[in-house]
Amino acid sequence: MQEDLAIRARGLRRSFGDLRAVDGIDLDVPRGMIFAILGPNGAGKTTLLRMLATLTRPDAGSAQVMGHDLSEHPEKVRAAIAMTGQFASLDEDLTGRENLVMLARLWGFGWRAAKARAGELLAAFDLAEAARKQVKDYSGGMRRRLDIAASLIVTPGVLFLDEPTTGLDPSARAGVWRLIRGLSAEGVTILLTTQYLEEADQLAGRIAVIDHGRKIAEGTSRELKAQTGSGVLHVTPLDPGNRAIALGILGEAAQADPEGARLSVPVTDDAEAAAHLARLAEAGIRLAEFSLGAPSLDEVFFALTGKEAA
Amino acid sequence: MSIPLPRGPRPAAPSPASSALTFAWRAVLKFRHVPEQLFDLVMTPIMFTLLFTFIFGGALAGSSTAYLQWFIPGILVQTTVFNTVYSGMGLSTDLSKGLFDRFRSLPIWSLAPFAGLMVGDMLRHSIAGAIILGIGLALGYRPEAGLTGILASFALLLAIGFGWGWIFIVLGLVVRTPMTVMTLGFAVLFPVTFASNIMVDPVTMPGWLQAFVAVNPVSLMTTAMRALMAGTATLGEIGLALLGPAILTALLAPLTLALYRRR
Ligand SMILES: Nc1ncnc2c1ncn2[C@@H]1O[C@H](COP(=O)(O)OP(=O)(O)OP(=O)(O)O)[C@@H](O)[C@H]1O
Ligand SMILES: [Mg+2]
Repeated sequence: MQEDLAIRARGLRRSFGDLRAVDGIDLDVPRGMIFAILGPNGAGKTTLLRMLATLTRPDAGSAQVMGHDLSEHPEKVRAAIAMTGQFASLDEDLTGRENLVMLARLWGFGWRAAKARAGELLAAFDLAEAARKQVKDYSGGMRRRLDIAASLIVTPGVLFLDEPTTGLDPSARAGVWRLIRGLSAEGVTILLTTQYLEEADQLAGRIAVIDHGRKIAEGTSRELKAQTGSGVLHVTPLDPGNRAIALGILGEAAQADPEGARLSVPVTDDAEAAAHLARLAEAGIRLAEFSLGAPSLDEVFFALTGKEAA
Repeated sequence: MSIPLPRGPRPAAPSPASSALTFAWRAVLKFRHVPEQLFDLVMTPIMFTLLFTFIFGGALAGSSTAYLQWFIPGILVQTTVFNTVYSGMGLSTDLSKGLFDRFRSLPIWSLAPFAGLMVGDMLRHSIAGAIILGIGLALGYRPEAGLTGILASFALLLAIGFGWGWIFIVLGLVVRTPMTVMTLGFAVLFPVTFASNIMVDPVTMPGWLQAFVAVNPVSLMTTAMRALMAGTATLGEIGLALLGPAILTALLAPLTLALYRRR
């Protein structure tokens, strides 16, 4: 067992009937890292996380989490981890404070200590004002924060976060990102899943891309981008009549958005993007809008597999 | 943003009793936050009590008051048995929301969440029973054994609720949605409670049905409830009434644990 790994998984498999949800996945997550699992709907992200969190039994394969074997010592694994699932695991009828006090009691805190711990977490997660409101009246972002706080009653070695920002607005998402970085700075290893390349890119030290239960690529964000192109330039000509000309100028790799007036072309860096913009300006094509974005998950999949994402 | 992450040793794992108590606290909180649930629990039995007493009571027992003496112990049993369905629904909701995943990752006695559910149920049964009894008393029901009879019969009622509760805990674990738990529960409970001696004396029923009514656990429980309220209960009657709940507990508590661990 390598001491520097928080998670070491080999050949994990799990089927539901005929469906191979996770079909042989190896994973090495170094201690202290934010590691992202990137994949589309149904890729097997939740199933993989639940297996590592002892909530779903693997059909085959083995894993060690913080040095403890998943099948031999599930209770030790449980003591070393915390998981925030894809959907909030909170009691909607109770208040935020009551949820945390209940969990702290179940971790073995006395009443007084449980209340103190709940108060600390509510303050740190910016929920002090909503502490006495029932969770069913919380916004999506508040619920997420409370759900993450509920995983931090005691300090976990590894924190699993299943799609921590799906469904959140940009400001709530930024709040959760700050939280994740803060936890990582405190030394907590974080394994998160996401459907957004940008999120993985922003947060993670390493990224594993999975599809149909298999890992199709893994590396640092930089390594993946070397395979997929670092970004995409989007432009929208002011005069829709100029779209065809603009498409010609941008070159073979450029694509027209089927729904809008937008054109997209993959670029390796900002200089290449600037060059495209300069050529459009020379040709006298005015733009209503332009932006440089990370490639979408679809584009990553296309680059990695040559196929559309499932 | 700085997150307070304690570094020192964690607290020792809580005792089974302490974790069950925490779950019971949760049940009490739910009562406080969602008092409407009381309405679901007692609405139907109140309607039954009024309908049967005033519409059928005279025809069945000679007078409404005489019928109340017969009916109240029975409707208490029916209320309790029906209310066990709600705890199964609550469990099913918790499971579908993933709350139990969290409980499962805690260092607690694995049956503690269920013990907590049960404590919550006992509270529910006591409150619902007290409301029904109160209405009965207001309408003219007079248990011969007085307060002793009431206390003894409520103790039996809780034992009944405890035993039957396992059925719906098991259903809650195997069935996917809370609605299915309710539908299944009512599909079983309606015939079982009607084909009993709760509403009418079974002497006018066809022979095959009488044979069923005689061994129906609901009838046995009702007979014992009546006897306790009247102060005439024999050990045999109480034993027969407790037989069903005891068997259910012996079979279903281990099954619950097995199902829960297997999920
Ligand atoms: N309990 C289950 N029973 C049957 N099929 C399941 C079960 N859990 C997952 N699946 C199936 O396994 C596949 C992988 O599911 P999983 O939830 O792991 O994907 P995911 O990557 O988390 O997807 P999403 O982004 O939608 O959350 C899906 O096709 C899903 O329908
Ligand atoms: Mg998922």
